[in-house]
Amino acid sequence: MEVSTVEWLPSSSPVQLPDPNHPAPEPSRLLAAYRAMVVGRRFDAQATTLTKQGRLAVYPSSRGQEACQVGAALSIGAQDWLFPTYRDSVALVTRGIDPVEVLTLLRGDWHCGYDVPSTRTAPQCTPLATQTLHAVGLAHGEARKGRDTVALALIGDGATSEGDFHEALNFAAVFRAPVVFLVQNNGYAISVPLAKQSVAPSLAHKGIGYGVRSEQVDGNDAAAVLSVLDTAVAHARSGGGPFLVEAHTYRMEAHTNADDAGRYRSPDEVEQWRQRDPIDRQERQLRESGHLDDTAVEQIAAEAEEFAVQVRSRMQAEPSTDPADLFRHVYAEPTPQLTEQLAQLRAEQEAL
Amino acid sequence: MAPTSMAQALNAALRDAIAEDERVVVFGEDVGKLGGVFRITDGLQDAFGEDRCFDTPLAESGIAGFAVGMAMAGFRPVVEMQFDAFAFPAFEQVVSHVAKMRNRTRGAVALPMVIRIPFAGGIGGVEHHCDSSEAYYAHTPGLKVVTPSGAADAYSLLREAIEDPDPVVFLEPKKLYWSKEDVELPVTTEPIGRAAIRRRGRDATLIAYGPSVPLAMESAAAAAEEGWDVQVVDVRSLVPFDDETVTAAVRETGRCVVVQEAQGFAGVAAEIAARVQERCFHSLSAPVLRVSGFDVPYPPPKLEHSHLPNVDRVLDALARLQWDDQPDVKWLDAREGAA
Ligand SMILES: Cc1ncc(C[n+]2csc(CCOP(=O)(O)OP(=O)(O)O)c2C)c(N)n1
Repeated sequence: MEVSTVEWLPSSSPVQLPDPNHPAPEPSRLLAAYRAMVVGRRFDAQATTLTKQGRLAVYPSSRGQEACQVGAALSIGAQDWLFPTYRDSVALVTRGIDPVEVLTLLRGDWHCGYDVPSTRTAPQCTPLATQTLHAVGLAHGEARKGRDTVALALIGDGATSEGDFHEALNFAAVFRAPVVFLVQNNGYAISVPLAKQSVAPSLAHKGIGYGVRSEQVDGNDAAAVLSVLDTAVAHARSGGGPFLVEAHTYRMEAHTNADDAGRYRSPDEVEQWRQRDPIDRQERQLRESGHLDDTAVEQIAAEAEEFAVQVRSRMQAEPSTDPADLFRHVYAEPTPQLTEQLAQLRAEQEAL
Repeated sequence: MAPTSMAQALNAALRDAIAEDERVVVFGEDVGKLGGVFRITDGLQDAFGEDRCFDTPLAESGIAGFAVGMAMAGFRPVVEMQFDAFAFPAFEQVVSHVAKMRNRTRGAVALPMVIRIPFAGGIGGVEHHCDSSEAYYAHTPGLKVVTPSGAADAYSLLREAIEDPDPVVFLEPKKLYWSKEDVELPVTTEPIGRAAIRRRGRDATLIAYGPSVPLAMESAAAAAEEGWDVQVVDVRSLVPFDDETVTAAVRETGRCVVVQEAQGFAGVAAEIAARVQERCFHSLSAPVLRVSGFDVPYPPPKLEHSHLPNVDRVLDALARLQWDDQPDVKWLDAREGAA
């Protein structure tokens, strides 16, 4: 395979549209992305509220990162696989996964609430960067079965310092696996800013040393994110191998509701990013191109509100849990030790 | 019946598994052309092609994480970690993902995969080539952990591990790779989850696994000369653990010594001793004793013989089993020393 490192290098600055090398997505897709961003943000706000009501143990918000969240979900098909992190709930909701099943992990009744095989979505991953290797193995396995599945792995900027990310890039390149890595560079890993994480020219540049084609994009421009991801997914699907995309974005909220972002960043900085809000930008563009008007904006807002109302009311119900579940899925068949322990637990509960 | 080394038996098991099940793929470091540094994968790539047995980049976490993804895609990965201590970079993948995937997905995603690890010492290996890592894995719910002590078991346990619906950490005692046993392959021995009685005896029960089983057998033979009729149990399957066979074997004799090569503190022998004591207290004529390596980093080659349990150390423990109904002088002395 001939690899031109120059062609595979990321652009010197993040791609924004219009750009001669990146066609603008169809207006219908842009409209779908806009709708999903509005719904996603409302869902995100609802989830944060649920933490205040004690309904969720914790919630990592992706407010401000909607163009990436939605772009990720809309750039792959139902037959493809998504490998998300804890921050990617909006991507999962956009992918069509039941929002209450998405929130199960954070509500605390099980570690993953949705059906992984049928949604072709891996459990949201907390140990940083580990999921990127699963995506590579899965993509390689699917390719060997003669399928044209693409695996999309999501990862944060901080997690690109983890060894597994580098091993994943290298494995993907060596096996030419159809994987797309999307780094959502939101500026911080909890409190640590990017400058203390990496002095690479860009995180996208980390691909090139491994022979992975790479690009960086304005992560608050939904059209640009979709366009670059379309290229990346097509490259992977057609046998070109892995593709690394770095999306420059910003986490408007704290790391989670439990974090105090005021300790490590200034209100000025947050305000500057507010000016670049991905939803406002998309709305402006769609209005300018005549694909969106007041009525549609109101209608979409109402849809988002209805979505939130549904989530809120369904989350009011106390989830039912069965302590016997503790033992059910440790092994295909419980070991004698687990059978004994289940009996012990049953006896403890009967004694209550 | 032909004399067969454990290495040959393991190789045959991989060969037969690849031939019989198209989902089986073998990969790791140097497993292709070279056949692995211990030659366990010798000839597999030639026989079955690069799709079925292949080298990966040199990164253990990568190997384990890649295997997770391949298992999710329907394959049955059998990965080789080159040495015990070099499996440690994969530890996060093994503990956080391999062991937990079935659980976190409520059974929807199983990871049938085998992680083969040459382990333990006694081969004069330099630093980082002789670690006993079984306790780390045995402590992790969701993993099965097995270790053979001979060629027949090596073949049978590996075939079964590859067919198992759960991830299996398969620990290969490297000092036994070249020891031979008369066996006709293929062979089926006791299933995973069962211990095996290797020698019958009435006076005391030695419990051992993997690299310590031959030592337990030798010790039993030496004990016979001293007039003790010693029973030997080969645990084989650390997880799931066969309480039934082990406790029955201890009740028969009323005395028990657990032998492990690994450093003793918080080790598998401690777990076994506790289980035996909890379950057999009223059948015991003496406290359950442990014989193990010392709580030191694995020593350099010229010192390993001082560290590794040997026949004398086992006989000493047997001698301390309160045959005369007197308290163990070892602990009495310690108490007086403290006073
Ligand atoms: C291996 C590992 N180390 C540490 C943590 C704790 N942790 C959780 S999120 C986080 C920051 C990650 O930052 P980044 O990758 O930029 O993603 P973001 O949270 O900004 O989306 C840390 C340190 C973890 N989850 N996993």
